[in-house]
Amino acid sequence: MDSSNVPEFTPKHGVPPRLRDYFTGASSFQRQLASVRKQTPFGQTPSRRKIPQCSPLQENIDPQKIAFLLHKQWTLYTLTPMYRFSYTNLKQYSTLLKCFLAAEKQKGLAVEMGEDFNFKVTFSTLSGMKGTHRDPAAFLIQIVSKSQQSSKNAEDKVVWTGWFCCVYGDSLLENVPDDFTCLPLFLANGAESNTALIGTWFQKTFDCRFTRLTISAFNLSWMAAMWTSCNMEHYGTATELLWSVPCSPQSLDISYAINPEDAKALWDGVHQTPEEITQEEVDLFIDCLCSHFHRHFKINLSATRLVCVSTSVASAHTDGKIKILCSKYLIGVLAFLTELAIFQIE
Amino acid sequence: MSTPEADLSLFIPIIQTNPLAWKMRQNASGFAPLNQKYGQNDKEEYNEGDALHRALEHIRTVKEKGAVEERHLQTVEDIAWKSGLAPEDIDTLLDVALSGPFDLPILLQYLIPTAFGLVQHPADGPTQWVPNPTADHCWATAEAVKTRMLKCLIPATLIPESAVVRAFSRLCASNCSNNTKVLFFRWLIAMFDFIDGKEEMNSLYGFFFSFLQEETMSCYICNFLYLLTKRENVKPFRVRKLLEFQSKVGMQPYLQALLSLYRSFCPDLITISLPPKRKFYFKTTDSIWQAAVCIVKERNQKSPLPSVKLTIGTAYSHPQKKKWNSGCVIPMPTSSHVSKEEQDEEGDSSSLEVMLSGQKSFPLEQLHTFSQLLDNIQDVELPSQMCSVLKSAPLLHYLNCIQDETVWLRLSYWMSQELKEGCTWCKVSNYTSEEEFRKFLDIIISAQCFLQEGFPSSEVFLYKSLPLWDGISCRTEYLQLLSWIPLGNFSEIKPLLCDSLTQLFFTSSIYHKCSVLYSLKQLLENWLLWHAMKVSMKSTLSISADTPMIALNSVSELIYYVGWLSTIALRLEKNSSFLLHFILDFFEMVSDMYLNYNLPLVVIFPRGVFYPALLTSDSIALNRLCYIMYRYRVNLTASKENALIYQERLKFNKTYQEFNEYVTALVDCLWTSTSFEKDHYLYIDPQILEKTKIREYKKSLNLINHPALLPYSINFLLQGWPNEKELSLSSIQKKKWNWYLDYLLLEELHGLHLFMESSLDIADSASSAHTHPAHKTPKTCMSEPV
Repeated sequence: MDSSNVPEFTPKHGVPPRLRDYFTGASSFQRQLASVRKQTPFGQTPSRRKIPQCSPLQENIDPQKIAFLLHKQWTLYTLTPMYRFSYTNLKQYSTLLKCFLAAEKQKGLAVEMGEDFNFKVTFSTLSGMKGTHRDPAAFLIQIVSKSQQSSKNAEDKVVWTGWFCCVYGDSLLENVPDDFTCLPLFLANGAESNTALIGTWFQKTFDCRFTRLTISAFNLSWMAAMWTSCNMEHYGTATELLWSVPCSPQSLDISYAINPEDAKALWDGVHQTPEEITQEEVDLFIDCLCSHFHRHFKINLSATRLVCVSTSVASAHTDGKIKILCSKYLIGVLAFLTELAIFQIE
Repeated sequence: MSTPEADLSLFIPIIQTNPLAWKMRQNASGFAPLNQKYGQNDKEEYNEGDALHRALEHIRTVKEKGAVEERHLQTVEDIAWKSGLAPEDIDTLLDVALSGPFDLPILLQYLIPTAFGLVQHPADGPTQWVPNPTADHCWATAEAVKTRMLKCLIPATLIPESAVVRAFSRLCASNCSNNTKVLFFRWLIAMFDFIDGKEEMNSLYGFFFSFLQEETMSCYICNFLYLLTKRENVKPFRVRKLLEFQSKVGMQPYLQALLSLYRSFCPDLITISLPPKRKFYFKTTDSIWQAAVCIVKERNQKSPLPSVKLTIGTAYSHPQKKKWNSGCVIPMPTSSHVSKEEQDEEGDSSSLEVMLSGQKSFPLEQLHTFSQLLDNIQDVELPSQMCSVLKSAPLLHYLNCIQDETVWLRLSYWMSQELKEGCTWCKVSNYTSEEEFRKFLDIIISAQCFLQEGFPSSEVFLYKSLPLWDGISCRTEYLQLLSWIPLGNFSEIKPLLCDSLTQLFFTSSIYHKCSVLYSLKQLLENWLLWHAMKVSMKSTLSISADTPMIALNSVSELIYYVGWLSTIALRLEKNSSFLLHFILDFFEMVSDMYLNYNLPLVVIFPRGVFYPALLTSDSIALNRLCYIMYRYRVNLTASKENALIYQERLKFNKTYQEFNEYVTALVDCLWTSTSFEKDHYLYIDPQILEKTKIREYKKSLNLINHPALLPYSINFLLQGWPNEKELSLSSIQKKKWNWYLDYLLLEELHGLHLFMESSLDIADSASSAHTHPAHKTPKTCMSEPV
């Protein structure tokens, strides 16, 4: 047994160690606290960001796997650092998780480890799905239900998929000790009940905490601007913004669709600094769109709330659902989502 | 399945664990032996011990002797139910009771031959049982006797483990009936805590386990195994056997309980998730035995041992109604699902190596008391979810003595998320109600009180959520978080805390103000205690030299901040005496910092607090003011000898000056009535004072006329001279003045008295009785330390 794993007893001086002993030097824990302290009350974000770029590391990703991740709707969660997660044990985790799921589904019946069921759980790493080499590797979990027919060509059906990733997560990584694995962003597709079970297992096993990641209107407008700024060879869909009017009994949604080329032209007019996007530019971009709308329909959109943004790069909804459409900017989209996730857990 | 149950209920009716109920039952049913009869027979010197000894001797050697067995059995029963049996007697009786059917019928022949009209058998008779009515009858009677014997195995103190082991081996070897076996196991379960050791029994685990095959008693075996199982007993082949058994009997609660225990020992072999609602997994334990044991213990005047406690019960039931990741749910402590070996190993975890590695660890599910923690402290593992420690006092103790940064980090990650999710006024999510959040905060606060330290995540939460707080939701709890902010650099804390707090403070009700001041007082107290602890640790740990200065600065800045708050609050609330008391509470602690907490610092309260307290109409406030002034004097005098203060004496000069000003003002007002004169702090132009048309305005604030003391002086005159027609306050002079001072002391104004004794020049106390108080001079503190 590794001796470093055993908690050390300190009976010598008989004084309990303090949680945050400001008499001792700067531990990583204090650094974390300090970084948290620097932040002002909920809600301040950087006022300038880089234009999403594709990462050179992305080339390492299996294009088939990328294709699998695109065009699916993912529910976003944030995840606190996982304690003692190890990439070498993925196979074992899949056995444990499978048995856990089986035991949960037939509540009250004990299940032996390694038993066979009509479904399987697979863990696989998504190598290359990272911004820098420091980012921990992303990984994917799938629940596959085995087909009832014994014939070989009957395909197994993927029931649920979820993946964990961290793209440009430096601000979080530098404060966390080695025992923890930081994959702050978790994306799930499939029945909510499965997400709940798998989330529960992760929470129990790696002492982490899942929280839904919702995207504020403020961040949605950033997404609208960032994704409009992306250079696309061809545009798949129109750029569409959805505004919600708070009125009873049901809220009213206003959909605002623009030709993507027009949106890009508007952006190019607004955009000044190369390689960077500033808060002012984002505000101006949205204001222009709103005033255009006002001119035609006499509806003041600034009094409503932006709830959904969809472009050819990706589409995002305020309640934390995202669909990524373009493989080229996959990393860029994930980088922004990672940033939001880190902001939420800190 | 139901047969043993039905049979047994004849002998052991299940009643409530209530000694009184048991006694009543005893009399009503005649179920227990009749003590009265016994008493009548042996009225003269009856020695219980001798009788028992004789009876047992008889029972043991019954083959040779014979005759009066029923009476002896009765004796044993009587004594057992009355005062319990000694360990060696239990040994004897168990041995006899479980020694197979071969001996008992013989015993029976002697035992009650007349009662059943039995004829003497030939010596070798019992070996070949012939199906004749007498033999059956005999067998049944033998059973009845065994049952009676087993039933009365009530320990006076403890049960020797060796006796249990011997009895069990007899049970295995001989042809005991199912009833006897079941009764034996029920007895084992009920008496498990009274067995003096479990090691030898545990070495027979396999034998006990094999009894599972007998379906009729499997629920009792499961219960017994649940009590007996240790980690090393959990083996893959047993897991497989249990699963086989499960497939045979289905979801039986007793089996689920045993399986979940196996899971908690070896989560890598087996897993089970229990239905959330069930609370009881085993049949009710035999309460009549427990009641009997209780009565015996009571009678022997020993504190009753803790009864057998099943740990499963609520431990597994979560409120599952809520969403899986909704806030404010604290799980129960469970062992880590993925053990360390698995982490180090690659791949296959259920290998033989892991099984044989003999890793000893104490399952957290069974850790309930501090003594359990002490016994197993080397084998305690940290829980899989660190947040669960908040609910377990022994685990909090454990955390307090391990040094592992990751522990706090895990807790911190979880807590900051949970607080943010649960916080009702931040509206991150709507999963939690205010009530739930309040309970959650309470748990955190009690853990903080337990550790005597605030969690960093709750501190950060406080800073982040304070600007959004309405000042009402969860006020009590939220402000308690405030009092656990760790002692740090106040200049760092100030922008995060004070800006929002100040705004809220000034704009909310007087009650809010008072509770904020109360929390700040708690905060100061915590800081002072931390500092005092650090100072006492200084000799053992090397501490950098500048840290006391940080502490000193922070404490004094906090005091200045509260002084500033108090000054403005008193004005806003029109010098409310309710508020004033909270403020004086705070400064009472401040005045005693040097002596009580060993902090080389004396901070005097601001004028904005002193003068409202001096000019109050509330006598208690005035009295407290005097007391605080007295404590200041004591502390200042003592601190003169402190080296650090001597070094910093220039800074302290101001403190002395302030103090002297206050002493002078106080004496001017209350004693010498010179407060309105020129060069005094309360100087007011005499012309203005004339306009108030108050006669003798100079004296209007002295001990007699001060608005806070006027009732006393009037009462003094009324009580002392009830026949005087005219009340003349000015008549309180000379002798009356001294009586008046005594009267004030009698009225419990001790602060005033202490101040007077310490701060007035009473060197000429003998003559002062005759002099006018105006002649007294204030005794100020020397402005420079010696």
